[in-house]
Amino acid sequence: MKRISRYRRHKAAGPILLIIALLAIGTTFSVASATTAAQTTAVDRSALVQEGRQIFLKGCASCHGLNLEGGGIAPSLIGVGAASVDFQVGSGRMPLADMSAQAMRKAPLYDAAQTAALAAYVSSLAPGPEVPNDSMLNYERDGSTAAGGELFRNNCAMCHNFAGQGGALSQGKYAPTLMGVDPKYIYEAMITGPQSMPVFSNKTITPAEKLSIIKWVKSAESEPNLGGASLGRVGPVTEGLLGWILGLGVLIGVAVWLAMKAR
Amino acid sequence: MSNDIEAIKDPGLPAHVHRQADLNPAAADRAERQVAILFGISALGTLLLIGSYIFIPQDKFLFIPLMGSQNIHQLGLGLGMAISLFFIGMGAIHWAKTLMPDTEVVAQRHEFRSSDSDRKDFVDAVRQGASSSGLGRRSLIKQSLGAALGLSALSPLLLLRDLGPLPKNNFQTTSWKTGTYLVTDPGNRRINASDLEVGAVAQVLPEITNPESRKLSDVGKDAVLLIRLRPGDFNLTPEKLAMTHDGIIAFSKICSHMGCAVALYEQQTKHLLCPCHQSTFDVTRGAKVIFGPAARPLPQLNISVDKEGFLIARQPFSEPVGPSFWERNSQ
Repeated sequence: MKRISRYRRHKAAGPILLIIALLAIGTTFSVASATTAAQTTAVDRSALVQEGRQIFLKGCASCHGLNLEGGGIAPSLIGVGAASVDFQVGSGRMPLADMSAQAMRKAPLYDAAQTAALAAYVSSLAPGPEVPNDSMLNYERDGSTAAGGELFRNNCAMCHNFAGQGGALSQGKYAPTLMGVDPKYIYEAMITGPQSMPVFSNKTITPAEKLSIIKWVKSAESEPNLGGASLGRVGPVTEGLLGWILGLGVLIGVAVWLAMKAR
Repeated sequence: MSNDIEAIKDPGLPAHVHRQADLNPAAADRAERQVAILFGISALGTLLLIGSYIFIPQDKFLFIPLMGSQNIHQLGLGLGMAISLFFIGMGAIHWAKTLMPDTEVVAQRHEFRSSDSDRKDFVDAVRQGASSSGLGRRSLIKQSLGAALGLSALSPLLLLRDLGPLPKNNFQTTSWKTGTYLVTDPGNRRINASDLEVGAVAQVLPEITNPESRKLSDVGKDAVLLIRLRPGDFNLTPEKLAMTHDGIIAFSKICSHMGCAVALYEQQTKHLLCPCHQSTFDVTRGAKVIFGPAARPLPQLNISVDKEGFLIARQPFSEPVGPSFWERNSQ
C-alpha cells in the first residue's frame, strides 16, 4: 500500500483514478440494469401494451375503430401483426396526411418507442408477422446479390421498376422507390403486403431469399452511374424525352445557324 | 376582252449583298481569328480527351449539379470528343460562311441525251465485244454460264426458309399437364396450399425434371401467377370457381393482348395490371378485362392439391395462352 501511496502526488494519478472510477461505475450499472430488465420483461410488456393502447385510442381509433375492427375508410387491423404496424407507422405512412390515393413515406409522427408500443398493442390482440430483429436482417452475410437480382426481376421489378426506382399503378396509386429504404422496412413490406402490395410468403420466397432481394436493392442503390446522367434510371422514357427535346433542339438550332447568311 | 396575259418576267437573281469580310480587311481578319479560335477550342477538346484518358483514374466521381454524381473519367472522354468534333465542324462552317467566296454562280443544265456519234460508238463497241467473245459459236460456254447463273439465283430462295419453320401447335400448348406440380420461380420448390397467406402472390412455373434446362421460350408460355384471396371474394361462374382451390386462383401471366408479363397485382383492389399497355384484369371475376386493350380474360389454370397439400394442375390450359394469332379460335 505504501508503494502505491508514494505515487499519490504523481501528475498522472488524477486521470488514472478517474478512469478506474468511471469503469467501475459503468460496469456496476450495466450489470444492475441488465438484471432489472430480465426481471421485469413481462411487466414491461403489459405496460408497453397499455401505453400502445393509449396512443392507439388517441391517434388511430377514429378510423381503425376502438377495437381495431376497421371502418368504412380504414381496414381492420386484426391479425396484421407488429411488422405491419412498425412498417406503416415507422416509415411515417400512418397516420395518413390526407385521403389521397396512397399513404406516402414521410417523417414519422411517433418515435421508435411509441411505434414499438403501438406494435405491441396491435399484436397483443391478434397474432401476426413479428418485427424482424437485427440478426434476421444481416443481408450482407446471408444474402446473395445474384440470386436477389433474379428474384427481384421475377417478383418485384414489374411494379418497382427494374432498378427499384418505383413505378405507377392505377388511379394515382404507385409503387414507391426502394432507394434509401431501411432494410427492415423492405423486409416488413414483403411479409405484410402493405397497401397495394401483395404478400410474399416465407415459403414461396424464403427469409434467406428476402435478404438476397434486400442485398440486391442495396447494391443497386450504391451502383455508380458509369454511363453518365442516370436520368432517374427509368429507362427509355426520360432518355427519349431528353433525346427529343434537348438533342433535337440543339440540332434545330444548328440547322438554323447553318442556313443563316453571314453578314 | 383581251386574252393577252402578260408573261411574268424572270426577275433574275437578287443583287449580291457583300459581307463585312468582303468589304473590310479588318473584318476579314477578325473572321479568320474567329475560325482559328473555333479550331483552337476543338484542339483543347482533344487535349481534354487525351488528358482524361491518361490522367483521371477510372473510379473518380464528382458531384455535378443537375447531373448528380458523375464518373469524371468518362465525362472527360465524352465531353472532350464532343468538343473536338463539334468545333471542327463549327469552325469549318464559319470559315465557309464568312471567308470563302459567296458570289452566286449560274450553271446551265446541259442536255441529257448523248451526241449521236457517241451513241453510235457505244453500239459498235458492244457489237464488237459480243462477236469477239464468241458466245454465238461456243455453245458449251453459253449453256454452262446460263446454268451457273440460273442456279446462283436459287440461293436467295434458301434464305426464305428462315421465315419458318411453322410453329405447328406450339402456340396451342404449354408444359402444363394433368398433375404437373406448381413450383416457385425462381427456386423450383413445390408450393403447399398452406404456404400462401390471404393476399399473397407467387410466381409459378410447371415442375420439370431438370430445371437447369428450362428454355426461355417455355417460360414465355408457362409462367403462371398464383394469388390467394378470401374464398368469399370470388365472383366466378361455378366452372371457374371449381378451378380454384380454397381461395387460391392461378392465371397465365402472359397478357392476352401482346404477351407481356401481367404481374402488377394490386392487393386492395384485386386488379392485375399489364405494364405494357395498362390492360387491367379483375381477379375476383376470373381476370375479366375492365380496362385497356386486352380482348380476352387471362386463361385460368385449373388447380388442385395432392394428398400432402401441394398444388398441382388438374388439367392443361383449356385455351392458348398469350396474344391472338392467325389460327387462334377466338371463341
